[in-house]
Amino acid sequence: MTAEVQNNDDAPSAIGKFFKSIGLLRESPIAVFGLALILFWVILAILAPVLPLYDPNAPLEPFKFPLSEARDGGLYWLGTDHKGRDILSRVIFGAQQVLIWATMATLVAYIVGMLMGVVAGYLGGWWDEVISFVSNVLLSFPVIVLYIIIITYLGATGFNIVLAVTFASAPGIMRIVRGLVLDLRTRDYIFAAQTRGESSIYIMLVELLPNARGPLIVDACLRLGYTTITIAMLGYLGLGLPPPDPDWGKMIAETQPLGSFAGHMAIVPAAAISSLVLGFNLLADGLREISMRD
Amino acid sequence: MLILASRRFLSMALIMVIVSFTLFAIFESDKLAVAGKVLGPYSNTEQRELWLEQNGYNEPFLERYITWVGNALTGDFGYSIQYKSPVSEVLWPRLGNTAILAGLYMLFMIPLSLTLGVIAGMKEGSVQDRVVSVGSVLTTSVPEFASATFFSAIFVFWLGWLPGTSAMTSGFSWAEIFLPVFVLVMYGFGYTTRMTRASMAEVMTSHYIRTAVLKGIPYRRVIMRHALRNALIAPFTVIILQLNWLLSGVIVVEVFFAYKGFGKLLLDAALFGDIFVIEACTLVAVFVAVFSQFISDIGYTLLNPRIRFT
Repeated sequence: MTAEVQNNDDAPSAIGKFFKSIGLLRESPIAVFGLALILFWVILAILAPVLPLYDPNAPLEPFKFPLSEARDGGLYWLGTDHKGRDILSRVIFGAQQVLIWATMATLVAYIVGMLMGVVAGYLGGWWDEVISFVSNVLLSFPVIVLYIIIITYLGATGFNIVLAVTFASAPGIMRIVRGLVLDLRTRDYIFAAQTRGESSIYIMLVELLPNARGPLIVDACLRLGYTTITIAMLGYLGLGLPPPDPDWGKMIAETQPLGSFAGHMAIVPAAAISSLVLGFNLLADGLREISMRD
Repeated sequence: MLILASRRFLSMALIMVIVSFTLFAIFESDKLAVAGKVLGPYSNTEQRELWLEQNGYNEPFLERYITWVGNALTGDFGYSIQYKSPVSEVLWPRLGNTAILAGLYMLFMIPLSLTLGVIAGMKEGSVQDRVVSVGSVLTTSVPEFASATFFSAIFVFWLGWLPGTSAMTSGFSWAEIFLPVFVLVMYGFGYTTRMTRASMAEVMTSHYIRTAVLKGIPYRRVIMRHALRNALIAPFTVIILQLNWLLSGVIVVEVFFAYKGFGKLLLDAALFGDIFVIEACTLVAVFVAVFSQFISDIGYTLLNPRIRFT
């Protein structure tokens, strides 16, 4: 990890780096496959409103098996659920929900975690003591307990889910960033910036954080996958986004008792979530491999 | 060593104090709400105030907190609203059931992931390494509620080999515990396998292993005698710290298979608003988490002589 950070000392333009990293992706078939899985769901989610789909919440004909014909002459590609809603449509609109909230939650957790980490690592002293202690207290909670308490206390809304994910993830992100910053702060370019008389805020945001991004990108990918699982899990446990909008986890919970004769209702969303998480994990794995190779 | 242990112990106690105080402040600072939860939505203010008076809720907040902690330490967690019985009567049997689940998980997960991790890490980049690495990414990508769906579709509904629920209504049954443990192991072994693999791969590149190989010691012996000892230090910590993550999986599995365990108790209490059960479960869960961190720190120091006195 440290070796990779050192390479960043000669910083070419951000755009050049971006294209370089896309090019690097080709070296790892695993990463390409992961990215393809993610893009598959992202594209479906974006196109959801214009695709020829049934309304995800409209009760049409219940208990239809995959590929059965609809009354209006259409086709239920993946069948319908116990309330007669089109499963294909619900899975695609569910992708929209999970992608939006997982991205948002991970993003907010990252912003909070990075700020905590860079302040603790660079300013040190009391800042470090307090931030590290708060993180340790939060990390000592089993994550699920944190989710249950926050969500039952504040209510199950998208905002509160973002809040809960932030509470659960920011301390871990803070630890990683703090470690990276402790290593980076002794570099010459930091001394140069200090000598120039730059403010601490400038050094933290402009000099330190951008140079810590290598390992963080891999971690962010893994966390996106994990947050996806979390959001679906909360939906499964009845702590997720309020109905009726489709939610992969809730789809499994609702149709699980019908497994003996209509297994597809739960298997389809279960496969959907597994493939999306697999995409994030494979991409992270491939990126890590590439970064180790340099 | 003693200094380290006592310092770790103090920070553990401090964390427990902060957690319990926060918990108490969240759930019991609003006295009337507590009375409302206990007496139900149709109780009037007078009844609620009478209840508060009778149960010592009119003492100052700090005093109430201290009494509450004292009671909790002696095993008195109050009265469950949902089960109409003392919390401890519900809590301990449920915790025992979850301990069986978690114990069986550990029993299968540890040997499996250590073996696979060592096999993969022995030869980095080999076919066996590839297979194990990709396999472990694959299994950690399928969360418990998804794999439980797949496995019950196969083993319960298609093949009809196993029961679909694990309520254990007629006593303990191996057939009923199989799927919950299997689902937990499938999701959980990947992480430890990857950690073991990384640790083993690192050890294999070290000088003393190269020396041992060049000395002509049989490969098997190099692995068994020289490499394993050092390679298994890191996985040890990971396995103990997994308890913290295991709880999420345990809750999902217990809900999916209707297994009467601690996780389901906590979730049901949270959905019902059974505050004393939520408090008790949270305290127990955080205690287990903090205590496992303590054990992992101490164990790591004992296993790794390089950091013994730092």
